Amino acid sequence: MLQADPILQTKDLSVYYGANRVVTEVSLDVLRNRITAIIGPSGTGKSTLLRCFNRMNDLIPTFHLSGEVLFEGNNLYEPTVDATDIRYQIGMVFQRPNPFPKSIFDNVAFGPRINGYNGNLADLVEWSLQRAAIWDEVKDRLKSSALSLSGGQQQRLCIARTLAVEPTVILMDEPCSSLDPIATLAIEELMRELSEEYSIVIVTHNMQQAARVSNYTAFLMAEGDRVGQLVEFGESRQIFTNPQDERTEAYITGRFG
Amino acid sequence: MAVIAPTDFRKRKERRKWQGRAFFVLCLLAITVALGMLLVLLIYIGMKGWSHVNWSFISSFPSRHPDEAGIQSALLGSVYLVIIAGIVSFVLGVGAAVYLEEYAGRNRFARIAQINIANLAGVPSIVYGILGLEIFVRSMGLGKSLLAGGFTLALLILPIIIISAQEAIRAVPPSIREGGYALGASRWQTIWNLVLPQAFSGILTGVILSVSRAIGETAPLIVIGALTFVPFSPDGPLSRFSALPIQIFNWTARPQAGFQEAAAAGIIVLLIVLLGMNALAVILRNRLENRS
Ligand SMILES: Nc1ncnc2c1ncn2[C@@H]1O[C@H](COP(=O)(O)OP(=O)(O)OP(=O)(O)O)[C@@H](O)[C@H]1O
Ligand SMILES: [Mg+2]
Repeated sequence: MLQADPILQTKDLSVYYGANRVVTEVSLDVLRNRITAIIGPSGTGKSTLLRCFNRMNDLIPTFHLSGEVLFEGNNLYEPTVDATDIRYQIGMVFQRPNPFPKSIFDNVAFGPRINGYNGNLADLVEWSLQRAAIWDEVKDRLKSSALSLSGGQQQRLCIARTLAVEPTVILMDEPCSSLDPIATLAIEELMRELSEEYSIVIVTHNMQQAARVSNYTAFLMAEGDRVGQLVEFGESRQIFTNPQDERTEAYITGRFG
Repeated sequence: MAVIAPTDFRKRKERRKWQGRAFFVLCLLAITVALGMLLVLLIYIGMKGWSHVNWSFISSFPSRHPDEAGIQSALLGSVYLVIIAGIVSFVLGVGAAVYLEEYAGRNRFARIAQINIANLAGVPSIVYGILGLEIFVRSMGLGKSLLAGGFTLALLILPIIIISAQEAIRAVPPSIREGGYALGASRWQTIWNLVLPQAFSGILTGVILSVSRAIGETAPLIVIGALTFVPFSPDGPLSRFSALPIQIFNWTARPQAGFQEAAAAGIIVLLIVLLGMNALAVILRNRLENRS
């Protein structure tokens, strides 16, 4: 049921660091309110592709790209677009939890504050923490340091922090790679709930995770100088049970990569 | 092919053990000499000056009579100088460090600035005195005032403050900055709300340590015209002034034994102020680090 309502699209996207091409002519549609997984061997440009969606790569001096990245139909890399405007609409959760060395409350309140939120901050913080399924664990110690939380709690706090600026898309770069299986399941459950309201793109090395949570899967690979090419993209059910490309099949059955 | 007999190893092991012990003794000797000299200095100064350190010494103005001479004006002068130098160099130093670390990237200007800052840290202090005399005293018309002295000392410690602030800023993990940017923070908001608060304790420690170096500086203040005989307390930023090391220097040059004692007493006060500031740096750093 491929519905034609993409929220993010890339068109012939190639990404370079200096002279090095690390994403090659990728054309991909990320659908609204779905979870899209990006899988592939290490160093094939998955993180780079993900970071194009919220212009995080702008921070790297040697970065440049060709092709287009569209968000709700508008080119993100148009000179008139302000990257900071993009980034709170397209939130990002990182591989390693990176809470600020501030209180739990201030971590969640940071985004709304800097974006000039003038509603009730306490309500927004509670709502965000509840959405991230961590409210019950922290509601009695909102003032204590976020660094006192466990890794899994920190990651959910980072998700809450992202939700607090009310994004429409959430990008996640291996969000569970530093977590234990129980915390991982909690985050996966959370992603499924969140996908009712948000569009989610997740990079993962964990095939089972991609198969479990995602609706669509993109498989990136490197072949010679064509690093980061999109080999196959489609519904996860199909990619994981009946891949069309033999390279995809080889990868998901663990025969290489 | 030569065959190595086990005895060869044994000999080598013997020698290695012996070498190790000799090196240890040498190091011990070095620290003993270094600490010993310091101890001798402290005992000598203490014996000579301790009896002279009392409230009237601290609260009196200099005088022709060694028993009545005191350091009030010099102590106040030093305190004001250090406050001016601390504030000015903090603002300029942090600004420069933020520019170099967060804005400049790898451009040519930044590279040249960086090399020059490292070199400036090694320029003799008297050169800063000459600079201060030309710029602050003459060109800016501040005269031989506290403000001119404070600015000169600020220039003197600026390179060290920039370098230590850069290190503190660099120690803030990139993941914190990324977290800020990912929420839509501008560069300014990220620096101001995330980077600087985390680097603050490191920056502050650098400032206090450099300022405590400045408090002992004599040469640049002599060059810009600090007074040696000031029978009044500074009454504003444009007031003429003296400073502790200058007062001490002046007393040591006098023949009377009484002034020698006063000089030793002045050194004790200077050392106490120094130790106090260093202790403050340590306490502040621990406080701020525990808080976050
Ligand atoms: N800041 C950078 N500057 C230069 N090259 C980079 C930079 N970041 C990544 N690269 C290069 O780009 C290529 C793709 O990196 P990327 O991090 O996107 O891969 P990835 O698929 O996310 O790998 P992994 O699964 O290991 O996280 C790699 O060859 C990497 O060396
Ligand atoms: Mg990656």
